[in-house]
Amino acid sequence: MSALMSGARMLVECLVREGVDCMFGYPGGVTLPFYDVLYDRQIRHILVRHEENAVFAAEGYARATGKVGVCCATSGPGATNLTTGLVDALMDSIPIVAITGQVSTMLIGSDAFQEADTFGITRSATKHNYLVKNLEDLPRIVHEAFYVASTGRPGPVLVDIAKDVFQGQGHYQPVSSIHLPGYKVFTEGHAGQVKRAVQLLRESSRPLVYAGGGILAAGAAGEFREFVELTDAPVVQTLMGLSALPSEHPNFISMPGMHGSYAANMALTETDLLIALGVRFDDRVTGRLAGFAPHAKVIHVDIDPAEIGKNRAPEVPIVGDLKRVLPKLNKLLSEAPSAGERISEERRAWRRRIRQWKDEHPFSAETSDSEIKPQSLMREIDRLSGGQAIVTTDVGQHQMWAAQLIRFNEPRLWITSGGLGSMGFGVPSAIGAQFARPDKLVFAIVGDGGFQMSIPELSTIAANGLPIKIVVMNNGYLGMVRQWQTLFFNNRLCGVQLDCFPDAEKLAAAYGFQGAVVEKPSELAAALERAVRHPGPYLLNVKVSPMECVYPMVPAGGAISEMVLGPPQAEAAAAI
Amino acid sequence: MRQVISLLLENKPGSLMRVTGVLSQRGYNIESLTVGRTLDPEVSRMTIVVDVDSALCQQVIKQINKPVNVLQATDLTDAPKVVRELALVRVRTAQGSRGALLKEAEIFGGRVVDSSTEGFAIEVTGAPEKLNEFIDVMGTYGEIDVTRSGAVAIALEARKLRLQPPVERQLSAVSVQLSANPSEAEGVGG
Ligand SMILES: Cc1ncc(C[n+]2csc(CCOP(=O)(O)OP(=O)(O)O)c2C)c(N)n1
Ligand SMILES: [Mg+2]
Repeated sequence: MSALMSGARMLVECLVREGVDCMFGYPGGVTLPFYDVLYDRQIRHILVRHEENAVFAAEGYARATGKVGVCCATSGPGATNLTTGLVDALMDSIPIVAITGQVSTMLIGSDAFQEADTFGITRSATKHNYLVKNLEDLPRIVHEAFYVASTGRPGPVLVDIAKDVFQGQGHYQPVSSIHLPGYKVFTEGHAGQVKRAVQLLRESSRPLVYAGGGILAAGAAGEFREFVELTDAPVVQTLMGLSALPSEHPNFISMPGMHGSYAANMALTETDLLIALGVRFDDRVTGRLAGFAPHAKVIHVDIDPAEIGKNRAPEVPIVGDLKRVLPKLNKLLSEAPSAGERISEERRAWRRRIRQWKDEHPFSAETSDSEIKPQSLMREIDRLSGGQAIVTTDVGQHQMWAAQLIRFNEPRLWITSGGLGSMGFGVPSAIGAQFARPDKLVFAIVGDGGFQMSIPELSTIAANGLPIKIVVMNNGYLGMVRQWQTLFFNNRLCGVQLDCFPDAEKLAAAYGFQGAVVEKPSELAAALERAVRHPGPYLLNVKVSPMECVYPMVPAGGAISEMVLGPPQAEAAAAI
Repeated sequence: MRQVISLLLENKPGSLMRVTGVLSQRGYNIESLTVGRTLDPEVSRMTIVVDVDSALCQQVIKQINKPVNVLQATDLTDAPKVVRELALVRVRTAQGSRGALLKEAEIFGGRVVDSSTEGFAIEVTGAPEKLNEFIDVMGTYGEIDVTRSGAVAIALEARKLRLQPPVERQLSAVSVQLSANPSEAEGVGG
């Protein structure tokens, strides 16, 4: 039998055995015993400056690696501060284990100091959650938490631990066997449906792959690429799916949806077979459902049975892990006789059609001599990255332009808050990503609004000497909201103006690192290069033209073929 | 439509909250919900009746199967089953109509569980629609008060309960070395 140890040490023992090398957290009264064990440095603890950012940083770590991200907070306000991050991870299916402290068991329910019903509050913010009131349960629960977070459709799991559990003494037995009789993980995919999928693929003259974050979650980028090459089908990747297939791959069209490209949305509108892989037919992609892929049969592969048929009933439903299902499809495809001459000719015509759409309506390449266009900022960052850098973003216009214009030639280089769209995500997620990938150049591209939600983390960046390049796309507005007011509320701008943005150079200097401001298009490239060459953290405030709108745009409730391609006056000329 | 779901649930803290939480979060209207023990003290059975668009029935089952503590949710809507509910009805009635009321209650299989000069308390079980009728009829005799149990259902064909077997995982073998930390050994903390 192992030595007698405290619950807090037992927790660290569990975390180490789960392979945790770093975690992001913020301490408090009830987690003191845990920090007393962390003092011995078996696990690197990174002190963030706000608990919400502990989850975002853990997400950055998880999104960059596929490993479980770990964060920690104290009871009451510490735990409630985690909730936005937990929901963010839930919406984007990111594996997170969150540890929170709770008041002692005998105080639970008494409105004790810093007591909050963390278990109740986070029920709908997590994939699963636990309240640990007995030390004997602790190792089992912690190991279960990692298992649940990382298997099936990944997600956040919270473990709320009462203070007396941290302080109790017991013997640690590693728990390698997990028994959750009601936790079903579907992996293999139905063999008959897989055959039917291959049959439909062979018969289709206008196939289109609609790929999402599920491919990255499954770690199936390689299998996916093989699938694309075997079928030679064109591919659209959702905001969450970007980087699954390299952006430079000849079959990749672009992102579809509300701010997707003309070619991607038209391809969706005209395809006769939609191969939906690890996607959930989100409203930001589909627009009005009745107008989404109206001529297509649908093959839908997802690990979560509840996603299949939720928004669109597929002809071929396949519940399974893409890592297992794609190789089965690939095997059958490589054995199948090649398509007949008629189909082959139709497919060539289909690809020509898509190429033509792409050429006719590329993403806007606006430039100007007097002001920096947001698009040219993204193109410059793209040039410096060459598809190799990690890019995190915040939420808003800059996020959409970055998604449209920056290439990613390896999986997991693109880190963004998709489903929840949480402002304040860009900087802390870059912290997690840089810890996970010290070898990588990391850009945090953020808006002037979202950046100001995460300024406290500049201190974390400085304290840890993280060479993150923060690029603020400063349009002086809560740009995306301003865009909607301009387009749909008669330009009656209200509550969107961001006056008094701090001086970036002084702000960075206040934290002991470098910063600069650029306003002139002619100085942009050099300023970005300086930031990248500089060995430490860098804050670059890029003032861009304030009134630019992101196009194409599918107005809310519209079909995705009903895109607005540019500002009102230009629109008539470009009308479809 | 009224969808009848029979659900087996691990008897763990918060299990009930997870099920009701999923239903409200997804916007499904709960018509009734009952929960009770099964032969296995670790497992509870719920009968849930939701009022839902028929196109959504499958989605309801899939969503409600998702919580880790839900062992199995089964749609009994179109399956051979018996559905029963209990109602307790207190009726205030005038002296003159007591006899007629009792006769009427008997037709529904009602049982008088309390009688006073004011009126009666009557217990009745039956299919939920039958209880609606009974309550309507009692209402014609005077002021009534009603407590209903919510529907309980049992499938008439045995269903195999498919449980997940234990899973073996590889854990890293490294272990934390113990440090001679005075505060920890004494179990004190801030
Ligand atoms: C926490 C949070 N609050 C509000 C919103 C709504 N919202 C979406 S985009 C946006 C504007 C963001 O402005 P900024 O950070 O400057 O980025 P820009 O759109 O200008 O690029 C707002 C307020 C949100 N997504 N998240
Ligand atoms: Mg802005």
